[in-house]
Amino acid sequence: MTNEDIIWEIKKNPIKALVESGKRVDGRAFDEHREIEIIRDFSKKAEGSCLVKLGNTQVLAGVKLSIGIPYPDTPAEGALSVGAELVPIAAPIFYSGPPNENAIELARVVDRGIRESKMIEMDKLVIEEGEKVWMVSVDLHVLDYDGNLFDASNIAAVNALLNTFVPKYEDDKIIREKQMDLPVREKPLSFTFVKIGAKNLLDPSLVEEKIKDAEMTITLTEDNHLCAMQKGGTYPYYKEDLDEMIDTAIRVSKNLRKKVFE
Amino acid sequence: MKKEGEKKMGMKSDVQLIKDGKRIDGRNFDELRPLKIEAGVLHRADGSCYLEWGGNKVIAAVYGPRECFPRHEQDPLKARLTYRYNMAPFSVEDRKRPGPDRRSIEISKVSRQALERVVFLEYFPRTSIDVFVEILQADAGTRIAGITAASVALADAGIPMRGLVAGCAAGKVDDTVVLDLGKEEDNYGQADMPVAMLAGTDEVVLMQMDGDFSKEEFDQAFELIRKGIKQVYEEQKRALKEKYEKGIEGDINDQ
Repeated sequence: MTNEDIIWEIKKNPIKALVESGKRVDGRAFDEHREIEIIRDFSKKAEGSCLVKLGNTQVLAGVKLSIGIPYPDTPAEGALSVGAELVPIAAPIFYSGPPNENAIELARVVDRGIRESKMIEMDKLVIEEGEKVWMVSVDLHVLDYDGNLFDASNIAAVNALLNTFVPKYEDDKIIREKQMDLPVREKPLSFTFVKIGAKNLLDPSLVEEKIKDAEMTITLTEDNHLCAMQKGGTYPYYKEDLDEMIDTAIRVSKNLRKKVFE
Repeated sequence: MKKEGEKKMGMKSDVQLIKDGKRIDGRNFDELRPLKIEAGVLHRADGSCYLEWGGNKVIAAVYGPRECFPRHEQDPLKARLTYRYNMAPFSVEDRKRPGPDRRSIEISKVSRQALERVVFLEYFPRTSIDVFVEILQADAGTRIAGITAASVALADAGIPMRGLVAGCAAGKVDDTVVLDLGKEEDNYGQADMPVAMLAGTDEVVLMQMDGDFSKEEFDQAFELIRKGIKQVYEEQKRALKEKYEKGIEGDINDQ
């Protein structure tokens, strides 16, 4: 137990009692997001990028394209990879070193939303079938960790992909000039809840995340189908919890989409 | 660049997964693949389990409660639980590079969290309870097979628990929701949702999903899983009873 953990332990009971009475520490409703700010095209060296501020949480996503060999089972498709780094500037509990299980899980959950919603038209990223395709690498740089990295990262990654260009490719060389926009057909959007006591809270702040019993990330497509889910935390969910969270996500998705994608 | 054990939902294919109301391997929509569990299969481990589920072959071992290393990970209030999901290099079509990859690290994390409130860790402060799951042959649904075996191994180790954790997956193939995806269904299907529950209760302790589900399909899948888990639980109990009905004598004579 680190010193920080002790602080959360002390705060746990009063915050739980507050949640029990229907309130949140920062005064939000249970289904309300924090302020969201979106800064597109943050990095001029990346083919696409986006900085997202969700409350005090900040995540920068950058997209780079490179040429690679397609996977043998998908010779006529480009490839996607998502990586995440919890860099030490983002929180006193982050240390340098190879990605730990939290960073890996974050990257894989964001990856799953993009991949399973079939956001990118991978068949349009082929240069030579079976030989040469575009590899799309999304890298998530967590700059400030104040809770809910899943949703901040999802919004950053999807927005970065939405303003990504495919460079020119001539004489076996990549020329970093726009050939076309990255072909996309879908915008996956994730909704993360924490369970505190019997209540499910959308967009958890750091303290809510630290005292959570369980956590659920639900990613929806534009027609409100589920394309990815991930349970975290150690307490159980009941079917009613799952129904409530899915319904809430569907209910708030229209407004949130407007906010983050327009 | 091929990611080991990684699957791809909704891959284009000509494979017809449902024909005349039956699945590609002849099963009904709500039917599990054959499942067989055996408890206490390893000599050195404190508890162990061997499980065959369809084409999956999984072995789980539990060591502990034992001294916790490194020391600074000791918790004065409870035992530390570790969970290692590991695939044998020869368990899949293309050789898997040995050692942990991103997929197995994620699976290990969600599986550990699924067990953390089920085991009475507070009974064994400062110790470590280490769960190891080896996938010897992989055939879709290995994480669920792994946690099902792990919880039998924990029981076999005599570690107090609130109950057994049993897992089962449901998915979608040819626009139909089906229970317990087989390999082709996993490769060419449209969705997969692995779930583990504290058997005999309504508590969901592990849940992941990828692919495409409407809310109605999600509800159908969940209902199938609930029924599937009941059957898995019966087989878990049968395996444990079988071992202990044979008697502890065998063990004593071994010493």
